[in-house]
Amino acid sequence: MKREIISLQEVTFTYAEEDENVRPAVNNVSYTVYEGEWVAIVGHNGSGKSTLARLMNGLLFPQTGQVRVFGEALNEQSLWETRSQMGMVFQNPDNQFVGATVQDDVAFALENNGIPFEEMVERVKQSLVKVKMSDFMNSEPHHLSGGQKQRVAIAGAIALQPKILLLDEATSMLDPQGREEVLSTVRQLREETDLTVISITHDLEEALLADRVIMMNQGSKYAEGSPEEIFQRGQELVDLGLDLPFAMNISRLLKTQGITLVAEHMSEEELVNDLWTSHFNK
Amino acid sequence: MLEKMIFGRYIPGDSFIHRLDARAKLIFVFLFIAVVFIANNWITYGILVAFTFLIIRMSKIRLYFLINGLKPVVILIIFTFLLHLFFTREGAVIFEWKFIKIYEEGLRQGIFISIRFFVLVILTSILTLTTTPISITDALETLLNPLKKWKLPVHELALMMSISLRFIPTLMDETDKIMKAQMARGSDMTTGSMKERVNAIVPLLIPLFVSAFKRAEDLATAMEVRGYKGGEGRTRYRKLEWAAKDTIIILSLVVLAAVLVYFRS
Repeated sequence: MKREIISLQEVTFTYAEEDENVRPAVNNVSYTVYEGEWVAIVGHNGSGKSTLARLMNGLLFPQTGQVRVFGEALNEQSLWETRSQMGMVFQNPDNQFVGATVQDDVAFALENNGIPFEEMVERVKQSLVKVKMSDFMNSEPHHLSGGQKQRVAIAGAIALQPKILLLDEATSMLDPQGREEVLSTVRQLREETDLTVISITHDLEEALLADRVIMMNQGSKYAEGSPEEIFQRGQELVDLGLDLPFAMNISRLLKTQGITLVAEHMSEEELVNDLWTSHFNK
Repeated sequence: MLEKMIFGRYIPGDSFIHRLDARAKLIFVFLFIAVVFIANNWITYGILVAFTFLIIRMSKIRLYFLINGLKPVVILIIFTFLLHLFFTREGAVIFEWKFIKIYEEGLRQGIFISIRFFVLVILTSILTLTTTPISITDALETLLNPLKKWKLPVHELALMMSISLRFIPTLMDETDKIMKAQMARGSDMTTGSMKERVNAIVPLLIPLFVSAFKRAEDLATAMEVRGYKGGEGRTRYRKLEWAAKDTIIILSLVVLAAVLVYFRS
């Protein structure tokens, strides 16, 4: 059995504790993330997925239930130690850039954790190489694109050599190119290290990259499984306010036009392969 | 308009002045303000001007650029000059026309005050032109560090300053965007009476404030997640290094002061 990294047990959280009419943002949710996994938490706006992110790194504490990180309960005492093991990238590229230049920003978390100067210089350099931003060491944030800023944010997160990388809608404000940049950076990081990635997203294309998908709806866990299992639900996902991946949408539309395909394809590559061989199969 | 302002802007370069430690430059400017007041006659003011030009030469900033950028300040200098010219009543009368009387001392005072103003503005501009804002912040933080004993939150002030500096371009962009968005909705900010124009700024400011607060909240969360818990136990990524040339530049000021004292009347 793989080592457990984060586990939530019957966690409930509400922003308005005294008002009983308000639905809890997160209601009785349990799941476990294991070492080295890539888990995507998907759901439409208001499904409670961002609240989950905040519960996992102790920005919020649940009213009932328990959050365990590395097998230990997350509380005020273990908070800072936990945070140094968990890099986090947020939605808005501009609002998480603290430093005046790229290298200052990457160094920010290192400074906070009291890393000695010489090691800091080395780690900043390495992290920037990993996200392919080392040519921009001295650039100021307003000269960078959204995708570049998010890559710097990732560099800042991994500079601390964390066990977990938490992406909270990290690609939702980017253009397609920026999104691809960020996702391929994360993919590559995973190949090089045993980083556990938790990505919170409403983009099902991003969820496709994950090993496991947890689907949230109305604050509760709606489904959990491999991307294939989740996407088989097809129309159900659309009804819950999620956009299907492009390839899947096309295959569905092709089917309604009476074109026979082997299956509903999740990736573009599969779809293309099916299409160009479909003629021979007749 | 904003592009022309050189006050507080940084021009990248690699001159002797650029490479000086930011702390040395800050100390230099503060001491210089005191030294300027030693001068009180033609020779000493002449020396001051010569010294200033020497510094300009060393900073490799084009004189034309410097003077051009200081135009708003020049108006102020002319104004002080005229004030002294007309209101000092000492020495011989050198010019008289109807009720206007100009005295010798007035002319002298006017010129001296203008020179004093001029060299101070030039040298402070050179400080900001040759030093990145972040280094100035760092320098201030280290120089003010002893004041921590008196509970001055030096680290927090410096961080606030550097974050504000970092967000200036972001908020400028935002202002521009909101302005265009409001103009597209028919808001007119360039014509009409003063009152109308002031009113037109309100729909610009409110969205700007809302978004600035949103940004502040996001930033605070991001900082907390990245382990920021105040200045305690923090290490520094930026190192300021005091070299021999920094001591030399401060000493040059001591020499200047000595020369001025010798020649002053």
